[in-house]
Amino acid sequence: MDETVAEYIRRTVLKIPRDEIKMMLQKWGFLSEAQLQTLNFHQIKDNISQEVVQLCEENSADIKQAAVLDIIYNHIYQNKRMWRVYQMKKSGEELEYFDLTDFKKKFKGRLRSALKNVTITFREYEDNAIWIRVAWGTPYKKPNQYKASYVVYHSQTPYVFISASVLKSNLPLLCQALIFASNYHDIREMELRSHSLNSLKDIVFKRYSQNFQTYYPKPLQEGNVEPESGDLRIVQENRSEKERIQRLNREAFADGPQPKLEFAQYRLETMFKSDPRLGVLEKKEPFRCLVKFSSPHLLESLKSLTAAGMADAPLSPLLTCIPQQARNYFKIREKKSLFPEGFVSP
Amino acid sequence: HVASSLPLPPERDHLRPRIDMIVFMIDIKSKYSFRNVEASLAYVDASFFLGKVCFLVTGVGRVNCCSIETNAICKLGATYCSPVLFCELELEGIRVATAQRLLRMLQICAGHIPGVSALSFVSLIRNSDDD
Repeated sequence: MDETVAEYIRRTVLKIPRDEIKMMLQKWGFLSEAQLQTLNFHQIKDNISQEVVQLCEENSADIKQAAVLDIIYNHIYQNKRMWRVYQMKKSGEELEYFDLTDFKKKFKGRLRSALKNVTITFREYEDNAIWIRVAWGTPYKKPNQYKASYVVYHSQTPYVFISASVLKSNLPLLCQALIFASNYHDIREMELRSHSLNSLKDIVFKRYSQNFQTYYPKPLQEGNVEPESGDLRIVQENRSEKERIQRLNREAFADGPQPKLEFAQYRLETMFKSDPRLGVLEKKEPFRCLVKFSSPHLLESLKSLTAAGMADAPLSPLLTCIPQQARNYFKIREKKSLFPEGFVSP
Repeated sequence: HVASSLPLPPERDHLRPRIDMIVFMIDIKSKYSFRNVEASLAYVDASFFLGKVCFLVTGVGRVNCCSIETNAICKLGATYCSPVLFCELELEGIRVATAQRLLRMLQICAGHIPGVSALSFVSLIRNSDDD
């Protein structure tokens, strides 16, 4: 077995938390059940990984199998990576039948014709997700297995989720191969990024709870202002205000759990507005400024801002539009006089 | 009665009993809460400041998140001749102790403790503060 493959397997196993190693090796299926029985999972990880490498040696593992183990690891720990969302466009309306084998063949063919040294691995999952792992090399160097790119494609949708490696130069090639293989004609990056792959999927597939406009002849009785612990001695003086805030919040965010995003970034290119007598910034140039909101769970924290009294209700539509517009990176320019709104540009 | 700011909404005027004490809560982590309290003080009748007003500063346990300077709060207390209490609501022991203190003060403000008036009590506290 190749030295580099052995080292790669060893390092991959070392990444896995000790309690999960057995389960992941079983998922991998490369080592037989009998071989797995011989492993002692109670020793330090260094030793476990050495033993795994020895067993792989017996089975003559090559890079292809090692790559599968890596995909499995990244599928389970998908939230460790930063994912970007891309949308593909079809030229016509034809709905072609998706053929997985054809897709794989075309994808591999396209990449390999451009770049000889690539390792390409596919793995399908039950939710119609196709995971693709690509390790990139150059005409003179073997692929760098430690900086692979991961692509998640749901064949019934035009969306692709990519966690690219540091080498951004390979991205155009990857995109080309994707649209070629899936019979689309264009691909564009959406301004939507997060660590939580499932949340990104929730947003673009519209799987999160949304608030639909419905007409209620009477206000709903069930939504009480506070889940009172039953203490009738506490009187809320501003009950109507609290109810107003709750209603506005519900209109903006709906009731269910929000998709998990970590940032919202607003790149402002707007004019500085101040008292003209102050004479600040006499040059009429847009003021460039970057506003970034970060949080372990941005949308839930925005949802709780007004109820906590930290912001006035209703919240700015720039904040509440994030799931509907499926973006968390915005560029804001001056409002053009011709268009009363629509100042948010792609 | 809990309110988020003053003045109180007029529609509930007829449901409100006599007000014996007002506690202004300032979250030391939020400048907004400080400004809110400053703005609300303007709506309080002067007679309340004879011992029936108290400032309660919360969140002091989280030292890294303080947004308001203690000086500013103490100055506010001095300006309005009212005591300032500091507490941390997230710790049960302190929460209970603070509640007991406030309850004691309320009993005095409501006139339930014979021989001690709100004004005499407050001047007692202020004298010990100056020491």
